[in-house]
Amino acid sequence: MIVADQPRQRPPDAKLLIVDAQGRTSHASRSTLIDRLRPGDLVVANDAATLPASLDGVHAATGARIEVRLAARRSLATHDVRWFSAIVFGAGDFHTRTEDRPPPPLLVPGDLIMLGPLRAVVQRVLGHPRFVLLRFEDSPAAIWEGLARQGRPIQYAYMTTPLELWDVWTPIAGPPVAFEPPSAGFALDWHALSEMRARRIGFATLTHAAGISSTGDPKLDARLPLDEPYVIPVSTAQAIRRTRAMRGRIVAVGTTVVRALEDSAAINGAVPSGERVATLRIDSSTPLKVVDAILTGTHAPGSSHYALLAAFVDESTLKRMDRELDVRRYRTHEFGDSILVERCANRIAAAGSCAKKLVAA
Amino acid sequence: MNRQYQSQLAVLKDGVSAGTHGLSQWSGRRVAITGGTSGLGLALVKELRSRGAEVAFIARHRDRVERVSAETRAHGIVGDVSKKDDIHPIALQIVGRLGGLDALVNNASSLGPVPLALLADTECEDFELALATNVLGPFRLSRALLGALAASARERGSAVVVNVTSDAAINAYAGWGAYGTRKAALAHLSRIWNEEMTAQGIHFVAVDPGDMDTPLHAVAVPDADPATLKRPEVSAGEIAGMIAGALFEREPCASSARESEAEAAVAR
Repeated sequence: MIVADQPRQRPPDAKLLIVDAQGRTSHASRSTLIDRLRPGDLVVANDAATLPASLDGVHAATGARIEVRLAARRSLATHDVRWFSAIVFGAGDFHTRTEDRPPPPLLVPGDLIMLGPLRAVVQRVLGHPRFVLLRFEDSPAAIWEGLARQGRPIQYAYMTTPLELWDVWTPIAGPPVAFEPPSAGFALDWHALSEMRARRIGFATLTHAAGISSTGDPKLDARLPLDEPYVIPVSTAQAIRRTRAMRGRIVAVGTTVVRALEDSAAINGAVPSGERVATLRIDSSTPLKVVDAILTGTHAPGSSHYALLAAFVDESTLKRMDRELDVRRYRTHEFGDSILVERCANRIAAAGSCAKKLVAA
Repeated sequence: MNRQYQSQLAVLKDGVSAGTHGLSQWSGRRVAITGGTSGLGLALVKELRSRGAEVAFIARHRDRVERVSAETRAHGIVGDVSKKDDIHPIALQIVGRLGGLDALVNNASSLGPVPLALLADTECEDFELALATNVLGPFRLSRALLGALAASARERGSAVVVNVTSDAAINAYAGWGAYGTRKAALAHLSRIWNEEMTAQGIHFVAVDPGDMDTPLHAVAVPDADPATLKRPEVSAGEIAGMIAGALFEREPCASSARESEAEAAVAR
């Protein structure tokens, strides 16, 4: 695959790899995505806007310059913005790959970190010298303003220019609670939403605080995804119920939507509305209870996103997909091409096997 | 197209004539107002707070923002909507602090150089700046907040953007060229936005609040007798009524009606 190093959310030549329920692959222009959907399907996207979660700062005890990347928050409540877990890097900027970034000075509970106008205190070290729980000392209003003014979106070494907030907000971005962009949503624009409506394809959103996607440290990366709070609106829970009752497909836009929906359904298979914290990790052993297909980016083997795909298709199909993405020179990373993967017939779903579902369709 | 827009205005006016709305309707409703420290904006912040809405307002001067915020317990945000780089930080704070958004009022307005000049005497740079404040600013902010507004519309039935215009948008007054042009552009922008977004449940309306006794008017027409001017509180009440009309008194949109039918069918 080749690296998408320009911040264009919807380049006209974006590609789409399609994997159907029998594991057959085909290729199309991503602009024809809507033709792959059927009346009665429900498309569910994550409407989280991306926080400027990267903050330059100073470790007060040593005077060392550091970069703090906010990584997760315990709830989505508007006033509950004092506590964040964070990954801390030593001096340097996004041109250096995270793997090569120097560690921060030794961080211990009580350490003060000055982040422009904001002050944060290390509360705990979370099992790794780069990973800490921070508490901001400021008022919620000052924290929001400080983040908005001082923070920048988390940057990627493969990009040629620094990303601005407008680069990483999807067209449907709402509550600013994601730490990295729910980038599968870059593929959707308002024209597509209008078209869906015209074709009786449903559209709904949930808000999932997508956490940091990579830390540059294999031990930390193994702990991803972190626990992520999400909220499912009443209207979305209703739309999912209706769609399932009418045998429509639930099409998740992005891995975060799969995680939220499957986490919410973990108890009895139904998707209730409300706020919860996603702890479910999805891999080849996870039976999907809700999601029938996923639209997502092209993910590298070894990442948690890639592991999630193994819940949709078997290993041989995954390998075949990897080869085709390479041969056809798909672009990868946040601003790359997309794949639309239907849950394979041989993957068990709570509501019956895919094969049964295909007969119904 | 026009007919639809007018019928929508009629609905909004019905909302106004329906009189006062219970506090309960407004509780949990989230409104953002640009320019909220003087004139109509300040009156609107107070009006909507008194009705029970959660309100965020945006203005340029920190001291004034803090004063109004302390007085009204509304969320004060310091920013300048005419600056491109301020838009996303403003949008972030609005939705971050309110948790979502049901209504946006693009009220901020600057008069430009005074005394008002003939178009022939208006510097190109001043004209450009006028468009930036009153056309680009509301366009950018509306666009940045569209996701939050649409989410609210899906969950609660509708969301609304009110663009404050002026009769100078329609009538050609000598000396009001830069101001009138940008207000006309804002009014037309509202109509097209509305045409495109109504299906998503987001309604856009342009509102002419009338000649009010505000600091802006005093600068524009220094010798006007305040007694002949409308009080901004009156206009604020009317606009709050319009927002109420848009949020609370709409027929369920076609698609949700359709969905309820489908649900009923499933239930049977």
